Amino acid sequence: MSNRIKIAVVGLGKMGLSHFSMVNAHPDVEAVACDTSGFWVDVLSKNTKASYYKDYTKMLDEAGLDAVVIATPSRAHDPMVRAALEKGLHVFCEKPFSLNWEEALRLADMAEDKGLVNQVGYHYRYVGAFREMKRLLDAGAIGTVTHVLAEAYGPVVLRENKKSWRTQKSEGGGCLYDYAAHPLNLLNWYFGEPARVSGSVLNSIYSKDIDDEVFSTLQFDGGPTAQLTVNWSDESHRKMTTRISMIGTNGRLYADRQECQLYLRQPIEGLEDYIKGWNVKYTTELTENAWFYLRGEEYSNQLDDFICAVRDGKSASPENSFRSAAMTDKCIALIQADHEAAAEVLKPKIAAEPTASKRGWFGRK
Amino acid sequence: MDPLLFGDNQFFGINHMSEEKARNQAMRFQDVSAIMELLDAAYDEGVRTFMCTTHDRVVEICDVMRANPERYKDFIFYPCMPYAHKYANAVTDHGMVGALTHFMPEGGFMSTIMKSGKVLASKDVEGIAEVLIDVEMKMFKGLNTPVIFMQNVFVDLLLGLGFTKVFRTFHDHVIKTYNAEPGFITMNTPMLHAALEEEGIMNPIICSNINKIGFRMSGGLDAYLHTLKTKQIRAIAMSVLASGAIPPEEAISWLSEQPNIQSLLFGASSRRNIISTRNLANKYMNANVQPRMEGAS
Repeated sequence: MSNRIKIAVVGLGKMGLSHFSMVNAHPDVEAVACDTSGFWVDVLSKNTKASYYKDYTKMLDEAGLDAVVIATPSRAHDPMVRAALEKGLHVFCEKPFSLNWEEALRLADMAEDKGLVNQVGYHYRYVGAFREMKRLLDAGAIGTVTHVLAEAYGPVVLRENKKSWRTQKSEGGGCLYDYAAHPLNLLNWYFGEPARVSGSVLNSIYSKDIDDEVFSTLQFDGGPTAQLTVNWSDESHRKMTTRISMIGTNGRLYADRQECQLYLRQPIEGLEDYIKGWNVKYTTELTENAWFYLRGEEYSNQLDDFICAVRDGKSASPENSFRSAAMTDKCIALIQADHEAAAEVLKPKIAAEPTASKRGWFGRK
Repeated sequence: MDPLLFGDNQFFGINHMSEEKARNQAMRFQDVSAIMELLDAAYDEGVRTFMCTTHDRVVEICDVMRANPERYKDFIFYPCMPYAHKYANAVTDHGMVGALTHFMPEGGFMSTIMKSGKVLASKDVEGIAEVLIDVEMKMFKGLNTPVIFMQNVFVDLLLGLGFTKVFRTFHDHVIKTYNAEPGFITMNTPMLHAALEEEGIMNPIICSNINKIGFRMSGGLDAYLHTLKTKQIRAIAMSVLASGAIPPEEAISWLSEQPNIQSLLFGASSRRNIISTRNLANKYMNANVQPRMEGAS
């Protein structure tokens, strides 16, 4: 089918497998997958119609691709993105984009020079409530924003984990890269690049080599001060929960994945559907259907934007360019450096996991 | 299938509208006795089918039912598997193969194959799927499970991958081993229906969002209505109120005009809400659900 575009999903881990499922289901795409470890390639090549590769370079040479979706461990992003761009392919890359923000900027330059569609998987910018927050901010709904709180919590590391790339800082593991990157990226979207990063703390709770909680204070020139507080060792949340709250001279604005709440001191021209006092909009009215739903419209819709930009011969996608993701990469580096520059303080002694709560693998015997 | 099926989201802190509400519900239903109180209310008001994820906490509910066989003799479970978070967490901790190995009974044939790291043949994949179904079904031993569902995250992942053979394996295993009907939960009904037909699964039981505003109905409302009108399908409608965006009477009256809807799956956190949904279903859908003689209010 020559009118379909050919896209390879590279890396069939947790994100890659679901990306591949969505891309493969897209009516305008012929999907290919690439993974070095045998398991999924073996299983899927025997049971599905798509073509599979174990060697990335070979695939770039032989598969006749239009674009790649890169979902490999973060450390591998730079060379893979570069190789794809050199071949003239459009690139969607998982977040964090690059562990080296200067390289991230070079890759952004390269993609822009070549007029290739470039996008990074910061899916929160596709969540209806956070988009609405952006629209309201741009419309000046709460006046001058001075006070911002950006939070993310979830149950990722609840005990010492077996070693994988996600447990190694040098590979892009840790709460800062994995979790905090999301609220940080939203802050960049709303307010740009912070002028000053201070008070940063990266703490390990259960992990040996990586941080499990993150604190930082970000000050934006001519803009608000934001506090970032993130913890992925919080079992009380069923899954990752991200929240942004802000206070401005005309009210208060709050968003999470499900809803966007706005308190207005005075109504604003151009926002006729918002009244003085409290307003709430829910995901049901802020969400557009995707062509295919797997785990949230935002995951589908970000890929749809990428696919449509490639299909329609555009040179950029509507959101999450490499350049915008490079800003988040830089903020991550600033937080890291700020933390390292601070004086050592004795950490809390972590109590052993309460044995009564320990369940068997089946949770039942 | 009964015309009204009681869902489990409210018990496990899942609310598609508000995180705050979800947390309040998680607190309220922390104790199994609070869950049982509501299930008892549903049962006594005539809603006797509980469609539930194979969540660890459902084990406790099953234990109560087994301990009171006379009281719950007409109670029906529709298990939905797998409980995705359990697997997702295991994959984070142990990697894909490690996670699968963990869920295999220790020392079993399939566990041995997984650990060997050998290339998996098709029949191995079938075997693994069957073992995983059996593991999930263990908690329902001795209870009534006439329909068994594959959960949407899993259905839709496989659907997108084009790995639809697993649907066939699931279908055959559920019929053969549990003498039950297989069902599929999805967010992509038109696409899934076509894939199931291709696997030779006719007139399938498909549970998905069906609501007047098309909320979370991938492919669009029109494609859904086309599938309902023109295909052989036993549809179960969920999210009929679109997480509260549509008033109940309007939502259920609209639903009653759509063809091939066999059941309405709903959640509630009070007896009063159960009764009002039942009354609307009786009024518009000819559900004819009546309170049980003993114990009804």
